Amino acid sequence: MMLRLAQWRTALVSLVLAIGITLLLLVLVDAPPLEALRLLWDGSFGSDTKIADTLMAWVPLVVAAAGLLVTFQAGLWNIGVEGQIIMGAIGASWVARSVTGPSWLVVIAAFAAGIALGVGWALVPGTLRTVFRVHEIFSGVALFFVAGGLAIYLIIGPWSRAGIASTSGTDPFPTASWLPTIGRLRLSIVAVVVAVMAVVAVAVLLRGTRYGLRLKAVGRNPASAFLMGIATSRSMLSAFAVCGALGGIAGTVQAIGFHHKLVPSISGGYGFLGILVVLLAGFRTAWIAPIALFFAAILVGSTQLSLRLQIDSSLAGVVQGVLVLLILLTGGWQARRTRIAEAEAET
Amino acid sequence: MSLLLRDVHKHFGAVRANDGITIEVEAGELHGLLGENGAGKSTLMKVLSGFHVADAGEIVLDGRALDMRTPHDAVTAGIGMLHQDPLVFLPFTVIDNFLLGAPGGVTVDRDAGAERLRQASERYGFSFDPTALARTLSVGERQQLEIVRLLWLGAKVLILDEPTTGISTSQRDRLFDVLRRLAAEGMIVIFVSHKLEEVESLCNRVTVMRRGKVVGHVDLPVPTAQLVKMMFGDVIVEGARPEAPLGPPVLQLDGVTLAERLITVEDLTLSVAAGEVVGLAGLEGSGQRTLLRGCAGLVPARSGTITVGGADLTHRGYRACRAAAVHYLPAGRLEEGLVDGLSLTEHFELVSGRRSFFVDWDEARRSTGEHIDSHTIKGTPETTADALSGGNQQRLLLAMMPKAIALLLMEHPTRGLDIESAEWVWSRLLKRRRQGTAIVFASADLDELLRYSDRIAVFFNGRVIAVVNAADTTAEELGHLIGGKQRTE
Repeated sequence: MMLRLAQWRTALVSLVLAIGITLLLLVLVDAPPLEALRLLWDGSFGSDTKIADTLMAWVPLVVAAAGLLVTFQAGLWNIGVEGQIIMGAIGASWVARSVTGPSWLVVIAAFAAGIALGVGWALVPGTLRTVFRVHEIFSGVALFFVAGGLAIYLIIGPWSRAGIASTSGTDPFPTASWLPTIGRLRLSIVAVVVAVMAVVAVAVLLRGTRYGLRLKAVGRNPASAFLMGIATSRSMLSAFAVCGALGGIAGTVQAIGFHHKLVPSISGGYGFLGILVVLLAGFRTAWIAPIALFFAAILVGSTQLSLRLQIDSSLAGVVQGVLVLLILLTGGWQARRTRIAEAEAET
Repeated sequence: MSLLLRDVHKHFGAVRANDGITIEVEAGELHGLLGENGAGKSTLMKVLSGFHVADAGEIVLDGRALDMRTPHDAVTAGIGMLHQDPLVFLPFTVIDNFLLGAPGGVTVDRDAGAERLRQASERYGFSFDPTALARTLSVGERQQLEIVRLLWLGAKVLILDEPTTGISTSQRDRLFDVLRRLAAEGMIVIFVSHKLEEVESLCNRVTVMRRGKVVGHVDLPVPTAQLVKMMFGDVIVEGARPEAPLGPPVLQLDGVTLAERLITVEDLTLSVAAGEVVGLAGLEGSGQRTLLRGCAGLVPARSGTITVGGADLTHRGYRACRAAAVHYLPAGRLEEGLVDGLSLTEHFELVSGRRSFFVDWDEARRSTGEHIDSHTIKGTPETTADALSGGNQQRLLLAMMPKAIALLLMEHPTRGLDIESAEWVWSRLLKRRRQGTAIVFASADLDELLRYSDRIAVFFNGRVIAVVNAADTTAEELGHLIGGKQRTE
C-alpha cells in the first residue's frame, strides 16, 4: 500500500514540475503562459473538429504503445517500431493504389498488407537478436532509416505523381480505400474501434494468457525461463511479430485513414513517442490509453500555439520530453530513497 | 616494513564475510592465505585492496594506518592486487594496458612507456611486444603484464588471488620463481589459494580462514593433515546412510570431454544407477559444474557419449535432455531457476504443463496453495520469488520439479540454508531416490557429501582424480584429495 502511495506522489510531483518548467519556457520565449495553456486546450479539445483530430493522433500512438508493451514484456527494446509503422503504411498504400473492388474489401486487404509488412519488418531485428545476437536497438534504428528511405524512393520514383517528382507525397488513393469518416470530421470510427480492440487484446494477452506469462518470464530472466523449458527465442520472436503487427496497423491507419496518400513522414514519430508513453505508464496497460490521449492532445493543440502566438510547434515535443525525463528522474529518486530507507531499516 | 590487518569486519546483509580478522605479515614473507570457497579470503583481499571498505578494523602498513576508500587509494599506498581474472583490457595493446592507471598528464608518451615496460619486464625475465593486442596474450602472460604494471606503479605489497587458475604448469613455475624473488627483495607477497599443494610449495607462513574467521597461523612446513583439519574443521558424520537397492544404470558417461571457459573435463567415464546418489567433490571451478551442465545438455561434449536411460543424448541439447526426464538445478537460485518479480502462482503455472491458451488464475492460485502447504513454503500465492528467503526459494524450486525424474543434477543443494531447511531438502531428495531417481550433486560441504552420497567423485583441475565409496572414506582423506593430494596409504 505504501508503495502505491509513493508511486502516486512521484507521478504528481513530476507532473507539477513538468507544468512548471513548461510555463517557465513559455515565459522565456515571451509568450503569455496562461493564454498558451488555454490555446493548447482549445487547440486539442475546443471543438468537434479538434477532438476528431486529437483522436486521430491518439489511434496510431496508442496502437504503437500497445505493441511496445508486448516487446517490453519480453525484455526487448523494439525501437524499430517506427520503421514498422512506415512499412505498414507502404503495404496499405500498395493495396490502396492497386486493388479495386468494394470499399470493405480494399480496406481489409490494406490492413492485411500493412500487418504483413509490419510483421516482416519486425522479424528482421527479431532474427538478428535471437540468432545473431545483434541488439534490437541498433538494428531497429538502422531499419527505420531503411524504411524511411524506401518510402521516399516510392514517392519520388515508382509511385510519383504524374509529371512531377515531389516529396510532398503520392497522388491521393482512390476513395474506395479510405476509412469511412463521420460527416465533415476527419474522425474514423473504424480506426478508433481498431485502436480500442488492440489495447484490450494486448491487456488480455499480457494478463490472462499463458503466452503473456511466458513473455514475462523471458523478459525478466531469460536464463531461468530457458531452464524452465520455455522456448525463449521463439517467445522473443513472437513478441516482435505482435508488435510489428500493431505497428503495421498504426501505419495502415495513417495511410488510408488520415493522409489518404503515402507521405515521407507517414509514421509521424508515433513509434518513438509510443516508447515514451509506455515508459510514462510504467509498463501498465491501463495507463497507456489516457497518457497517449494526453500526448496526442499536446501534439494537436500545439499547432494552435504556432498559429496564434507565433511559437514554434516543436514546443509540444519539448513538453513531452520534459515530462518523461522528470517522471523517470523522480522515479529513480524515489527508488533510491526506498533503497536507503531499507538499508537503514536493516541496521 | 610490515603489514597489519587488525580486527577487520565486513558484513554483507546478514552474512559475516569477515568477522574480526587479524593478520600480520612481515616484509620478505611469502604469506599464504588458505581456506575453502566462501571462507572470506576474497572479501578480505578486496578490503585490503580498497575495493570494499571495511565495517570496522584497521590496516596498518609500515606503522602508518591507511584510510582506503577506493582501489586508487590502495595503489597510492603501495598495495597492488592481481585479480583472479587479470584486469587487462583485451581490445587494448600491451603498452596501453601497461600505461593505463599510471599517474601523469593528459598526453600519453607511448615510446617512453615502451622503454619502461621493457626495463621492468627484463628484470623478471618477461618479454612483451608493446604493440601486440592484449587479446593475443595467454592468461599467464596477461598476469605477467599485470604484475609488471603493479610493480612499476610502486607496489610494496602484492596480493595474488588464485593466480594459478587457467595457466600452464611452466607459467606457474615461472610465476612462483618471480614471487620468491620479490619476497627476497623485501616485498610482502600474499598468496590467496585453496590449493594446498601450491601453498605448501611456495609460502613460508600461512593463515587459514574458515567461515569468515581466522582459524590460525602456522609456519610451513607442517604436516598436510594439520592444514586439512584447519581448513575443513572436524567433520562428524552422524547416523548410518540410508541404504537403498540400486536399479539399472541411468546415466552413462563414456570417455566424455567437456570444455567450458577455463575448465576442461577430460575423458570421463562414469555410470550412475537408478536410486544412486553420487556426490561431486572438489574446489569450486574444478569441473563439477561443467559436468552437471554437460549432462543437462547445456555444454556440448567434445567427444565421448552421454546416455540417459539407454537413450543417447550426446549433442541433443537441453530441451531433449529435459524431455528425457533429466532435471538440472543450478546453484544460482534467483539467477538460473526462479524469476525475479514473478509470484509463486506464476512460477507454478509456468511449469504446470497445462496447455490452455488462457490461464485459469483461480485454479492456479488454488493449486499453488496446495504446493505451498505440501512443501511448507513460507509465503502466499502472491509472494514474489525474490521476497523469499534462500531456504524457501530452494523449497519452491523443489516443488516446481516434475513428478517423474530419471536423473537429477544439482549444484550445492543446501548452500546458504539453515539446518532445518537443509534437512528438509535432503528428506525430499531421498524420497526421490527411493522412487528410483539417480541423483548427482556437487557440494563443497564434506559433511553433506559423506552423509548422503553412495559414491563420491573427486575433481581436481578438471579431472576426476578418484571415485570413492562414501562408506569407506573419511573427511580427512576427502580433504586431501580435494587439495590435489593423492590417496596416502
